[in-house]
Amino acid sequence: MAGVSPLLSLKNINVTFGGVRALKGVSFEVNPGEVHCLAGENGCGKSTLIKVITGVYRPQLGAQFTFDGKLIATMTPNLAQSLGIQVIWQDLALFGEMSVAENISFQLAVKGKYGLVDKRAIEEAARKALARLGVSLDLHLPLKELPIAQRQIVAIARALVGEARLVFMDEPTASLTQSEADYLIGIVRNLSDSGVAVVFVSHRLAEVLEISHRITVLRDGSMVGVYPVEGMTQSRVTELMTGRNFDSAVIAADHVDAPVVLSVRNLTRDGEFSNVSFDIRQGETLGITGLLGAGRTELALTLFGMRRPHSGEIIVEGQRVSFASNRDAIRAGIAYLSEDRLSLGLNQPQSIADNLVMASLDRILVGGLISSRRKAEVVSRWISELAVKIGKPHDPIRTLSGGNQQRVAIAKWLAIGPKILILDAPTVGVDVGARAGIFEIVRKLAAEGLSIVIISDEPPEVYFNADRVVHMADGCFKSVYDPRQISLTELESAVYA
Amino acid sequence: MKAFVRNFRASFGPDMGGPMVALVAVLLIFGLAADNFLSMATFGSVAFQLPELGLLTLAMLLPLLTGGINLSITFAANLSGLAAAWVWQTHGGVDAPTSAFLFACLAALGTGAATGALTGVAIAYTRAHPILVTLSMMIFLRGLGEFLTRGGDISGFPSYVGLIGHGSIFGLPVPLLIFLVCVATWHVLLTRSKLGFGLLMIGSNLEAAHYSGLNTRKIVVLVYTLSGIMCAIAGIIMLARFNSVRVGHGESYLLITVLAAFLGGINPFGGFGRVLPVFVALIVLQLLSSGLNLMGANQHLATALWGVLMIVVMAARTLASNSHIFRRKKA
Amino acid sequence: MRRLIQSKPTELTLLAVTVLLCLGLSVGTDRFLTIANAFDVLNVSAVNIIFAVGLLVVLISGGIDISFAVAASVVQYVTVLALLTLGGGNWAVGFIIAGCVGMGLGLINAFLIYRLQIISIVATISTFNVFFGLLMFVTKGVSIYNLPDWLATRFVFFEHEMADGSWIELTLPVVVMILCCIATSFMISRTTTGRKLYAFGDNPEGARRFGINIAAMHYVSFGWLGLMAGIAGLMQAHYAQEVVPNALYGRELDVLAATVLGGARLGGGKGSVLGCVLGVLLVSITQNGLNLMGVSPFAFKMIVGAIILAAITLSSTRFDKLLPKALQNSVRKGNHRS
Repeated sequence: MAGVSPLLSLKNINVTFGGVRALKGVSFEVNPGEVHCLAGENGCGKSTLIKVITGVYRPQLGAQFTFDGKLIATMTPNLAQSLGIQVIWQDLALFGEMSVAENISFQLAVKGKYGLVDKRAIEEAARKALARLGVSLDLHLPLKELPIAQRQIVAIARALVGEARLVFMDEPTASLTQSEADYLIGIVRNLSDSGVAVVFVSHRLAEVLEISHRITVLRDGSMVGVYPVEGMTQSRVTELMTGRNFDSAVIAADHVDAPVVLSVRNLTRDGEFSNVSFDIRQGETLGITGLLGAGRTELALTLFGMRRPHSGEIIVEGQRVSFASNRDAIRAGIAYLSEDRLSLGLNQPQSIADNLVMASLDRILVGGLISSRRKAEVVSRWISELAVKIGKPHDPIRTLSGGNQQRVAIAKWLAIGPKILILDAPTVGVDVGARAGIFEIVRKLAAEGLSIVIISDEPPEVYFNADRVVHMADGCFKSVYDPRQISLTELESAVYA
Repeated sequence: MKAFVRNFRASFGPDMGGPMVALVAVLLIFGLAADNFLSMATFGSVAFQLPELGLLTLAMLLPLLTGGINLSITFAANLSGLAAAWVWQTHGGVDAPTSAFLFACLAALGTGAATGALTGVAIAYTRAHPILVTLSMMIFLRGLGEFLTRGGDISGFPSYVGLIGHGSIFGLPVPLLIFLVCVATWHVLLTRSKLGFGLLMIGSNLEAAHYSGLNTRKIVVLVYTLSGIMCAIAGIIMLARFNSVRVGHGESYLLITVLAAFLGGINPFGGFGRVLPVFVALIVLQLLSSGLNLMGANQHLATALWGVLMIVVMAARTLASNSHIFRRKKA
Repeated sequence: MRRLIQSKPTELTLLAVTVLLCLGLSVGTDRFLTIANAFDVLNVSAVNIIFAVGLLVVLISGGIDISFAVAASVVQYVTVLALLTLGGGNWAVGFIIAGCVGMGLGLINAFLIYRLQIISIVATISTFNVFFGLLMFVTKGVSIYNLPDWLATRFVFFEHEMADGSWIELTLPVVVMILCCIATSFMISRTTTGRKLYAFGDNPEGARRFGINIAAMHYVSFGWLGLMAGIAGLMQAHYAQEVVPNALYGRELDVLAATVLGGARLGGGKGSVLGCVLGVLLVSITQNGLNLMGVSPFAFKMIVGAIILAAITLSSTRFDKLLPKALQNSVRKGNHRS
């Protein structure tokens, strides 16, 4: 793209919060019509950079900010909008009770002539924006009726109504199924073809490599570099983001002599999964991979007693079980680490200690009352065993990093002394560098005889950490692989086929 | 100074500061303004008045900690009082034997528990907002009580009932002793029991508590049942103090209990709070009204000042958390 | 039609229930289905409906207010005293004073909630105590009976004697109530300010990112409720022909129940004037019907309470399931922030 003058150009951006330098001399350039990826671990400064560009934060003196060739002295949120810089936030910032049209034309809905709402103009603008994306939606439907993928479309359409020239998309595919994500990527291409520049922030490196033209990598608030996407690989990007090199090796082993801990026979929940059968032996790790919407989490919740199977059997250590609630499952020794750590897995405002003992209260009772001494013992034991980095056990757990939170979440379940640990998307919201640590723990637990199920939509995670890998799609176990007998590429092509 | 603040926080907890400062301020101001304030008479009147508001505040406390609220406490207390009154009336009114005491108390506690359990079931199983469920429960109980009493008073109890309301043991009023026992029970419940742990977890995130294997529905039902039982105790004390039951007695305490709880550092969204600061906050409120009483003002001025005190404490919290010194601590 | 059902399910359910109730009562009693009785119900409900549409605006913006009914008592007292000092005044002066005082009290709430960041339920419970305590302290609980003549005289826009000798009366409170409904409805659905209120109540963080003036949202919603409370207070004084300082005490919770029954959501973003009106009317019609059926007045409140309890728990069961999970989470987060 040599010779093209950049649409946006930032040079020497420094931002400091309370003595901590969030951005150190960062430069950033986006060309017109380009799809540009902004990559980096959590806390590397991506969102700070977005907020500088949209005028929420001011950089320190010495920064140079040009847009469309013009020097911008001070950026403000209003100026950013009038220049056509739009952000599609990860949580979308949509309004569930308002209609699709009002959401798309939100700016018109709240800035009418004489303070009055012009319904016709709102619908007209919404229709135009959707037409530009080549999509049709019922404009009058309340937004909450739409599935999440269509809400994404609404958010993008809203950016178009704002005469977007540069659109930031923060993790737009995080909650989409593969086909929805593909559809969204098609729409991003359309945008780019029509001359709108898109800055894409995503954890899914495969998809980043598929649609981006260039990648800017940040690490610890500093610029690592700008790279053309040609010739880039996922592992190279990971290396750039973390500054480390991860060597992975298959750990799969046979456990034929160990007793079977959990057997599942023809387990079915209509519309979610059907005829699922498998065995897990003591010390064995089963990986389940597949795209979002394959029925993985539903299967896990059924094994955990939170949903009732419509047919089929669950057998724990030879005993057929029927769970009325997850408390029954926990009693039977089944633990489930939720994929949604922020709202389901951990109680974020509460303390580290309370979160850790939440599932195993009965073990710290003395005479029917909670013993603070035994509680402290349990907490310090697991904190040191899983090497969790904390300040004080009474600090709220939300003050910990994603990786350390996940360690506490695992410790919470280990404290009940489980037989089977189901880990649903254990690395979501965990920095790339901290993921290896989580899997180290998983391997150690398996070696100690715990049976583990790892669910992940990233095939490498299960390939390198499980003894057997199941490919799940449309609610069925499609096939079971031994990682020693196929390559990662073969597995990935089976999953993404 | 900083070291003092830190020591104070370490020994009493961070939520104790507001109520303690208010307590010292009230004692200082009235002690200086009215020379007969720091006397046994003042503390006598506080000791007799504290239990009613105090018991109702304890009834409000548990639901608030789960992120809910119980707006039906005052009428649940009235209705429990009615149940007790009914037992006494059927056993001979003024001449009822001492044995009727037990049945009367059981009837009251049972009624309180039943209203609470019904509320709890409605909240736990329909997920309707607790404000709405307890609000409509309040309207229902008020109507039921007025229907049963035809809007009048029920009186004529055996003389030993008066002892509960006005008697003393070792110089301490009986209602105060009952209240102190309830405070201690609630303190142990919240800090040491499984239920207390569970209800605080529910208060900050019900779903996460459910995923961790806590029986959230059972906890919610129990919380409102216990709240109802505490209402019944308050109802018995009110019956004994007035020597009558009337639907509407103590109605004006309803929002004061919420105020006392918030003043005592209860997190308005639930999940965090302790009994002791609330206890201190209650003493502050009662001292404020007794002090004003001494100076010739009536209860209404005290009510207004309670509101002002609440605003000042909440505003001070906001300012403190926005100020520079505290912010660094938070981060 | 499908669109209507989708966008206003609560209102339609409520309408259906009200119609069924009316049908039942018409069959059960011969006096229910008369025009005179219908106007009776309207006259009785007017003040509560004015309160309810005011409260609706605060609920839509995600707040709650407990203090408005006692604020209205303060307004009554201040207005009548001011009018008596002015030597009588007239309707215009009365409305201006009542409206301004009411709005002023509402703005105090908004100030506490926005500037001092006290959450709305705590702030308004405090002002509830301050308003009521001060009012009772200053007035010593004494009522005012010598209202200015124009205020104490019934003001009838239209009256007509029916064949059976009963009277249809369209009184001032009803006309004012209708005007308040129209004004509120226009404000929340036709003006940009109204749409901002919905957006702010729906997703406060999203609204903030779009540069919606959060301060203005608080002052507008609580100011509007204050204005409505002021007007309702004046109408109540006119209707009762006296000012009793604790007459409206406790009204706040009844109005809140009726408003939520009408589909407004605690937590914001949802609710309509139609629902509000139906919510209040359903309660009034039930009472009116029970009265006509000869049920003891002491049983009224119990039955009304039971109906509200049933309606609220039933509607919650249903609507909670309708809400997509992701949105429930975002709503919950929104509440925590506000």
